[in-house]
Amino acid sequence: MNADAKTAAESVFRQESGRILATLIRFSGSFDRAEEAMQEAFSAALMAWPEKGIPQNPAAWITTAAHRKVIDQSRREKTWQKKQDSLRYERETFAHPGSGESDEASMHFPDDRLRLIFTCCHPALRPEAQVALTLKTLGGLTVSEIAKAFLISEATVAQRIVRAKRKIEGAGIPYEVPSADRLPGRLASVQAVIYLIFNEGYIATAGDHLIRTDLCAEAIRLARVLCELLPNEPENMGLLALMLLHDSRRDARVNQAGELIPLEEQNRALWHAGQIYEGLKLVELALRAGVIGPYQLQAAIAAVHAAAKTPGETDWRQIAALYRELDRRYPSAVVSLNYAVAVAMSEGLERGLVLINEVGGTAELESYYLYHAARADILRRMNRQDEALQEYQRAIALTTNTVEQQYLRRRIDELMP
Amino acid sequence: MRYMFLIYSQESDEPLSPEEMNHVVSGHRAVMADAERKGILLGVERLKPTSTATTIRMKNGVAMTLDGPFAETKEQLAGYYILECDDLDEAIEWGKRIPTMCKGREGSIEIRPVDDLERR
Repeated sequence: MNADAKTAAESVFRQESGRILATLIRFSGSFDRAEEAMQEAFSAALMAWPEKGIPQNPAAWITTAAHRKVIDQSRREKTWQKKQDSLRYERETFAHPGSGESDEASMHFPDDRLRLIFTCCHPALRPEAQVALTLKTLGGLTVSEIAKAFLISEATVAQRIVRAKRKIEGAGIPYEVPSADRLPGRLASVQAVIYLIFNEGYIATAGDHLIRTDLCAEAIRLARVLCELLPNEPENMGLLALMLLHDSRRDARVNQAGELIPLEEQNRALWHAGQIYEGLKLVELALRAGVIGPYQLQAAIAAVHAAAKTPGETDWRQIAALYRELDRRYPSAVVSLNYAVAVAMSEGLERGLVLINEVGGTAELESYYLYHAARADILRRMNRQDEALQEYQRAIALTTNTVEQQYLRRRIDELMP
Repeated sequence: MRYMFLIYSQESDEPLSPEEMNHVVSGHRAVMADAERKGILLGVERLKPTSTATTIRMKNGVAMTLDGPFAETKEQLAGYYILECDDLDEAIEWGKRIPTMCKGREGSIEIRPVDDLERR
């Protein structure tokens, strides 16, 4: 019974804490008060449930208990006077704690999690603080989990979160969904945070593991929430599709020794068909809306790869066209580089090398290991071994991920006479 | 909440062209007129260039008078607004409208909430 209660509480925490916290923040007007109330409610659950049994709707029980804690807190605090009006309203709404599903609907204003996402990802906060706060509040991750995922100390994570909360309160960052005219810019910031979380999981910038599936899964979960809350934004679908299609390859991307396997050498039977299916459907749905964005275009590129049963069947011409479109709309050196690679694969290595040399002049790319790795790859395919070797060596010096280094080392070993 | 908008721009010896000057002046006029109409304009001033600045530096309780601004930076404080806004988002909207090219080519607006002791 005790263990059951603990499992039930943990499962509610994992699934529902973001939703519960979002509502509590609105009611209490404070991140700290909301978190404290939620913690107390979970402690109360662990006391009550083993004795009285797990309630039919554990999430509703926790929510109601936490709301009472918020009201109690306010009574205790001297700020009662100021808060009186809003709390009177709450007491009317939450007069019947624990009575099950019927109240639950009235407790959640559908926008609460959306409010929370936009507040956590406010551009007036530093990106790393946006990430930490989003994972902590919406993702329900602990400080220690976030610290482990990003290979930083718990103190650093805790400090980032405290500072972010202080800034939200001190600077008057609103707890609301931005108005229609501000939405596009703010949504881009939310999408960027989610994609940052995914990429940190997918291409860990440091450490011995290339992929951190926990972070990838969390990013996908957050993108699903975003799609659910703002279903008419094609870029939300594009972002979800992009991450699903990348994540579908996670088991094929690294072998048992933990080494990186390039796309063309991957065992495609290991790709997760369910994620690919969902990703392809989302790309199609998003593109049909007719409002193109960078995530949709990148997802479309990933979709072309996913649709190829063998590397030889890859439609590189289509990929090159998509990269060209991406580069035209959102120019960047990295996109130009990828375009050059796609051209090398579709129109010929010579032509690709010319393009890659053209984009290579920038300082940004000169220190980017994938530029050297891509150039090395083309030179290797052209049998220009000495030059390829040099480029692989440059690439290896520029990456800190040991798995990437191993892969490049393997290429170098293959080229060694 | 009251917000102060600190306008930082690059000072330059070259005077602005009549068009540039017109752009900056009309930009400020529009912000002031709109803020005044909404009843949220609490203050606005333009400052003379940092060549006129004097810094009093306190060291061990002794005040030293020095020529020049507090810090030599790429962008200098050129003026400020104080506006009453609902939240940071509204403040950011106003901040984006404030022209910064008073004397230079580029600039920034730093938004700082006023620490409102009475309202705490």
